[in-house]
Amino acid sequence: MSVMKQIVAYARWMWRSLTSMRTALFLLFLLAIASVPGSLFPQRGTSPLKVTQYLRDHPKSGPLLDRFHMFDVFASPWFAAIYILLFISLTGCVLPRTLIHWKELRSQPPVAPRNLGRLPAHESWTSNNVDGAIDGVAKAWSQRGWRVRTGESWVAAERGYARETGNLLFHLALLLVLLAIGSGSALGTKGTVLVREGSGFANNITQYDTFTPGRAFNTSTMAPFSFQLKKFFATYQLGGMQNGAPREFYADVAVKNAPASEARNVRIEVNKPLRIEGSSVYLVGHGYAPEFTVKNALGQVVWKDSAIFLPQDGNFTSTGVVKAPDSVPQIGIQAFFLPTAAVDMTQGPHSTYPAPMDPMVFMSVWTGDLGLDSGTPQSVYRLDTTRMTKVGLEKLKPGETYQLPKGQGSVTFDGYKEWASFSITHDPGKGWALGAGMFAIVGLSLSLLVPRRRAWLRITTSTNGATLVEVAGLSKTETPGLVTEISELARTARTYAPEVLHGD
Amino acid sequence: MAINESLAQASNIMVYGAMTTLTGAMGAFAISLAKGRRIETLEESAERATSASHQVRMGSTATLDRPAVSTAIVTEDGRGEGRRAGNIGMSLTWLSAIFTGAAIIFRGLSAHRLPWGNMYEFSIAAGFGVLIAYCVMSLKRDLRWLGMFIVMPVLLDLGLAITVLYTESAQLVPALNSYWLAIHVTAAMVCLGSFAIGAALSVLYLVAERVESNIANGEAPGRLGPLAQRLPSSDRLDLMAYRIHAFMFPLWTFAVIAGSIWAEAAWGRYWGWDPKETWAFITWVIYAAYLHARATVGWRGRKAAFVAIAGFAAIMFNYFIVNMFVSGLHSYSGLN
Ligand code: HEM
Repeated sequence: MSVMKQIVAYARWMWRSLTSMRTALFLLFLLAIASVPGSLFPQRGTSPLKVTQYLRDHPKSGPLLDRFHMFDVFASPWFAAIYILLFISLTGCVLPRTLIHWKELRSQPPVAPRNLGRLPAHESWTSNNVDGAIDGVAKAWSQRGWRVRTGESWVAAERGYARETGNLLFHLALLLVLLAIGSGSALGTKGTVLVREGSGFANNITQYDTFTPGRAFNTSTMAPFSFQLKKFFATYQLGGMQNGAPREFYADVAVKNAPASEARNVRIEVNKPLRIEGSSVYLVGHGYAPEFTVKNALGQVVWKDSAIFLPQDGNFTSTGVVKAPDSVPQIGIQAFFLPTAAVDMTQGPHSTYPAPMDPMVFMSVWTGDLGLDSGTPQSVYRLDTTRMTKVGLEKLKPGETYQLPKGQGSVTFDGYKEWASFSITHDPGKGWALGAGMFAIVGLSLSLLVPRRRAWLRITTSTNGATLVEVAGLSKTETPGLVTEISELARTARTYAPEVLHGD
Repeated sequence: MAINESLAQASNIMVYGAMTTLTGAMGAFAISLAKGRRIETLEESAERATSASHQVRMGSTATLDRPAVSTAIVTEDGRGEGRRAGNIGMSLTWLSAIFTGAAIIFRGLSAHRLPWGNMYEFSIAAGFGVLIAYCVMSLKRDLRWLGMFIVMPVLLDLGLAITVLYTESAQLVPALNSYWLAIHVTAAMVCLGSFAIGAALSVLYLVAERVESNIANGEAPGRLGPLAQRLPSSDRLDLMAYRIHAFMFPLWTFAVIAGSIWAEAAWGRYWGWDPKETWAFITWVIYAAYLHARATVGWRGRKAAFVAIAGFAAIMFNYFIVNMFVSGLHSYSGLN
């Protein structure tokens, strides 16, 4: 055998093995097992902080696990290898089956076997008038959805071709789902933004707090929509075991599809995102933004705004800072905002309920150099106090003012706004994936629920002149109801070849 | 809206009621298993014959030269005590289904919402799912022999629910407040109930198959002999298990898709490999493998039964281990 022939033979063997049922089964098991570590180890995609934590806690095993992609299982080459092989196998399996099925769809039901009495469902009777019975039965069965073929003294029928059609449709739909997911993540974008009441957001990269584009994403495809957060609402359970559990929250926004279009009012809720220009805007979080007025020693306003505070617990004990760089010396504030204030020895100032029932700020005020000119970027949520001195501690209710000692100025707690955070996604593959999923369900239902059956009728005239009519059938699948269905067919047949009852 | 405490109370009483009747049903089914016999109807034996010959026919066009069906074993009808006990068990199971159904309705009315928002409520709903699936299936055929293997796990489930998983009636956190979630959970509950029965049938298949092969090899039936005697043939058990799985797999596929539609609306992505989602996927793949296994030479029968049982084990893992010990977005156990 020449080398070429050997290679061809080997390639054929490979292909046949890859597309065999046994391999498909093996790859399915492999896929199930391969997914398990993805649920047991923290994953970068969903919880990057936990991955960092895990690596810190397990300095020995962590890096090793990381080498094997245990922290991004579903994006790992070996996971991809399994499902790509599975889908190659699937294609190799489905294509030839489609050809066979195509031929089958145009073929005739097979002739009756010799001995109908051996079939799982069987009825027979004697008749004395079978004129036109073959044609009559063929027509009647055909009306019941069977494909029929007739001979001189027999009818052959088959039904349930939709089963195989459904099976092929289902496997094809799986391929489509995969393609839709892949193209959606390559062309799509994900981002988050935090917006205070009264402020807005416009859909361009610079306005996002975080932004993750897909591999094939192109900036020019970003729709120029924008929105303004008018009001945020939240309600919580009051009393009972689940005291403080969130019950309802939503954000009222004014939306523009394009800079020139008219604003319209929309409510964004959990489970009810804003759908706009192919993107979706989800309400994912919220918090408080206390408002302050800071004055310098001369009584001039050096800062007046709301500051975003970040919640630290379920009751929205929130922390944040205010930096007033325009006063001399510069003023900085570190503060807690407590929607329902309480203080105790162990926890210090904290909130006991998420809604603002008794709002209060606890703050420490610093003067000196905020360090903003040093060139290194600073977090807006942290105060660098290395070159500052603490001038005082105070707690304020809304409307109250703290006069800094030695006439250095004042801080007024004016009130508070709320902020909401939004996740904004654009996934052009989403609709395709859903459509393919629906196809998969339809295909699967046909494939598993439609019975594939064969039935025959035969008329035999024996030498003594009696005419025997036999109806029998078998099921090519394991769906229930064969006997009932065959006896229905027999009942229809009896109207064309009436049974001779005893005593006639 | 406030919680109606007396309705919540009534719901709990219904759960205790169901546990009482289930205990009774368990006793009755035990007696019926010990004393009864079952019969196989004509339709059943014909179908069993179809199934037995299916293996021969796979892939090729029908080969029809095989023994006549009339040799199918038809055991005698159960008489007297065993039969009566079986009937009592069946009635008590119906009653338990009604009690759990009422528990669900009262719970829902007490909080003015669909009552599946935490693990306690899921467990009651799952118990109801199993009972009602069993009762409905028993309308068309004699399933008294299966009763014991249905009521026992449900009793365990309700017991676990009311002791370990119990959560006061309350309103939902906003993320759970969606009709897609209601559709998703309802479909998943129906599947869970049916897959539980499928798994029970697969275990019983393994029992019957073992005893039958012992007998075929000329050995003693073994310790499981007396149990196998009360069961249908292994072929029939295999067929019943297959039908349940085949019938429910499209619904399970739908349940997963409905879940991802909800996830898209709630979290901005339809699939994110959250542990809960990952295990739903694993379960789906295992059941797909089961359906494949039954069409693969050398995998039908015992190996396929193990795959079906593995599928249910994955559901249980997702329900108990992932809900309680693996943190993810799906945090609704209501336990802390
Ligand atoms: C993505 C992976 C796959 C999944 C999730 C999957 C799923 C399924 C399901 C659920 C069925 C049941 C429908 C029925 O029994 O009629 C089925 C049937 C079938 N699949 Fe797949 N499949 C996959 C890949 C493959 C591959 C790679 C092959 C080719 C080797 C294949 C060949 C078949 C065949 C021949 C049947 C019909 C079995 C029968 O006649 O009962 N499948 N598949």
